[in-house]
Amino acid sequence: MATVTLQNARKVGRPSPVLPRLFRLAIVVAMDSLVVWFLLKLAALGYYPFAAAIGIIALFVNVVLLRKETYPIRWMVVGLALMALFVIYPIIFTVWVAFTNYGEGHLITKEQAIDQLSKQTYLPPEGKAYAWTAFKSPEGEYALWLIGEGGNGYLARPGEPLAQPQPGELGVGELDASGIPQEIEGYERLNAFLAAADSNLTQVMFGEEGNTIQVRSPREAAELLPLYVYDRQQDAMIDQQTGLVYINLRGTFTTSSGQSLRPGFMESIGLDNFENFFISPALRGPLVQLVTWNFAFAILSLLLNFSLGLAIAVLFNDPDFPLKKLIRSLLIIPYTVPALITILIWRGMLNPELGVIDRALEGLFGWAPPWFTNAWWAKVAILLVNLWLSYPYFMLICSGALQSIPDELAEAATVDGASSWQRFWRITLPLLLVAVGPLLIASFIFNFNNFNLIYLFNAGGPPMANTPTPAGHTDILISYVYNLAFSGSRGVDYGFASAITIVIFFIVASITLFQFRYTRMWEEVSENV
Amino acid sequence: MSRAVGSRGRLSSAKAQRRASIGTRLVVAVLLIVFSIFPVLWVVSASLNPTGTLATQTLIPRNPGFGNYRTLLTLDQFPFWTWFLNSLKVAGISAVVSLAITTVASYAFSRFRFRGRQTMLKALLLINAFPTLLALVATFLMISQAGDVIPVLGLNSHASLILVYLGGAMGVNIWLMKGFLDTIPRDIDESAMVEGATDWQIFTKLVLPLLRPILIVILILNYIGTYGEFVLARVLLRSNETYTLMVGLQIFAGAQFTQRWGVFAAGALMGALPIMIIYLALQDQIVGGLTQGAVKG
Repeated sequence: MATVTLQNARKVGRPSPVLPRLFRLAIVVAMDSLVVWFLLKLAALGYYPFAAAIGIIALFVNVVLLRKETYPIRWMVVGLALMALFVIYPIIFTVWVAFTNYGEGHLITKEQAIDQLSKQTYLPPEGKAYAWTAFKSPEGEYALWLIGEGGNGYLARPGEPLAQPQPGELGVGELDASGIPQEIEGYERLNAFLAAADSNLTQVMFGEEGNTIQVRSPREAAELLPLYVYDRQQDAMIDQQTGLVYINLRGTFTTSSGQSLRPGFMESIGLDNFENFFISPALRGPLVQLVTWNFAFAILSLLLNFSLGLAIAVLFNDPDFPLKKLIRSLLIIPYTVPALITILIWRGMLNPELGVIDRALEGLFGWAPPWFTNAWWAKVAILLVNLWLSYPYFMLICSGALQSIPDELAEAATVDGASSWQRFWRITLPLLLVAVGPLLIASFIFNFNNFNLIYLFNAGGPPMANTPTPAGHTDILISYVYNLAFSGSRGVDYGFASAITIVIFFIVASITLFQFRYTRMWEEVSENV
Repeated sequence: MSRAVGSRGRLSSAKAQRRASIGTRLVVAVLLIVFSIFPVLWVVSASLNPTGTLATQTLIPRNPGFGNYRTLLTLDQFPFWTWFLNSLKVAGISAVVSLAITTVASYAFSRFRFRGRQTMLKALLLINAFPTLLALVATFLMISQAGDVIPVLGLNSHASLILVYLGGAMGVNIWLMKGFLDTIPRDIDESAMVEGATDWQIFTKLVLPLLRPILIVILILNYIGTYGEFVLARVLLRSNETYTLMVGLQIFAGAQFTQRWGVFAAGALMGALPIMIIYLALQDQIVGGLTQGAVKG
């Protein structure tokens, strides 16, 4: 970075010809108009975070396309924009969610929750009231004629605003002495006895939302009032009927005695999710098991798959071996089948009682391992399937690396009297590990998060007993996270799931950083500076 | 005389030893091959088994026939061809576009020197260390919001699925490709530059042809990776007509696995075949690419 050679300086600073510049300008103008239109639409729908992401990315693209200094970035601007939108933005979202209680019962914003709760109403036992007369249509629909304190008459029907019709309007007939219409078109007037006997009548909500009237007693109908009123000072909802105070507690309005209002809302809860992960006593047992198995699975898979692959590579590392090409083609077949398909096939083959392997073992020994119901055998099955899936990969990379190790070294060691065993352990293996080291680390990381295998084979089963959230004996962190976030059997918890995702990221990222430091990848970067 | 006999004896004994060793290794090879291809053979047999359930299957089916294949191609809930063509389309388009993005970007990383270059390269690796599974929630929300404005970019659309896949184009393949580009001597571009060629001309006319082998490898690995992907596709695609083959197979397997085992096997086999053929036909190139960098691990 420090030394910019002459030709590099020339490369970056070279003015671009006129035509491409015009072309680029046209692209920028076209893109910007599209983006502005899209942004306005998104903002109109209230999708602000998404709109902000698009806006920032568009700004970045503009700068890159218009400024001369960013010339090299122009070559990758499409990829970077797509990555920003589909990788980085979701990551930022996940990180933010990790510090909230986003999940079942907390999916909406505080404003939305208060809005919903404020819509709940109750019938006040006292206060402003109307005298009422009921009308009923042959279809069983009701209408009320209300007379207010000033003697004004109103017509109230369910779902319609309160009307104040004169006789002749809205089908209202002539009024009688007490100001009640003799008839309303389409309805039959109920006398007081019929009305009192009609139990449905007291359930009907007349009028519109926000201005609803209900029958309170044989004499009175009254307007419903909001049941909960938000008090900004206490950050609480106050029950107007009982006077109970529901104070906001981690995104749920709760009374001091523990009663709570639904729905709750999404709110920042600081480090609680992480605290939950690291020190919650209820989760401790299952999580320790899960993390242990996660590491054991990744390490054992790597060891097993690498050993078998290496053994095969060494065995057939012989240019004159007969049918070498054919043998290799047959051996890599497991690797060539899409993993989803092979995992499902193995699920079928290991199926208890019905699957071929169980039937064969049953026939031979009268017993077959309970692959899906016993925690240990399920783990064995997972390792076995993974071995089958991945040893060809290791065989391929090991035989490639073996061929790159010069023969002279082994020959020199033979002259010095080393046995073939010693040659392998002291010379071949160390050299091979240097060559395939980065690939082994990548493979470890891949298996550490091998969601497909765990999920498709047995969905992490068999389930552990008595866990606060669903977890299985073969679950690894990432499949546990998937259950938390998507399965919904006991309620989804995106906040907690996101927090675990971040923990996984730190594990994987530290392995990646280790890889930077101690393998050739790093040197490769440095030597090009 | 005696020395000559002795050396001939040693020679023939070495030969015998070698023959024995090859023999043993051949036996091992046969065992390994059985381990490798048994599941595949088993699926072939299942697909030919007329009774079609998991329980009634034997390795060599009685009365083998193509009944399962016929069912597969006519079953309404299993529109195999639609799913297969969807997969070809989605994987094909994303593989090609993703390759273009990767190649052009790697060229810039390999040939230009600019501030933040190393940081960007390392950041790319770290960003890819983030498990994207959870990001699904955000991706899903984003795509459904985009669909409210432009339906074609919303849920249940191949276009949006492809775009999301392309978000991964700046992934580890950049490293693989850049490593390869670094091995192409810069003298070539420098001499072309003296002649007055632009960067774009150098890239397309000089460098790109030299990249052909690695381009094919990355294209194929991209294609295979996308073809086999099902988590994102499952979340974003919502109807039987838009499913890719992997999503369809997985849903089908979840619903009636043991009963329709034969049909599933036929579908799985036909779905796997194109990939198997590509792999086996191009195994040398792919092996070369694999040993250069971890692409599928």
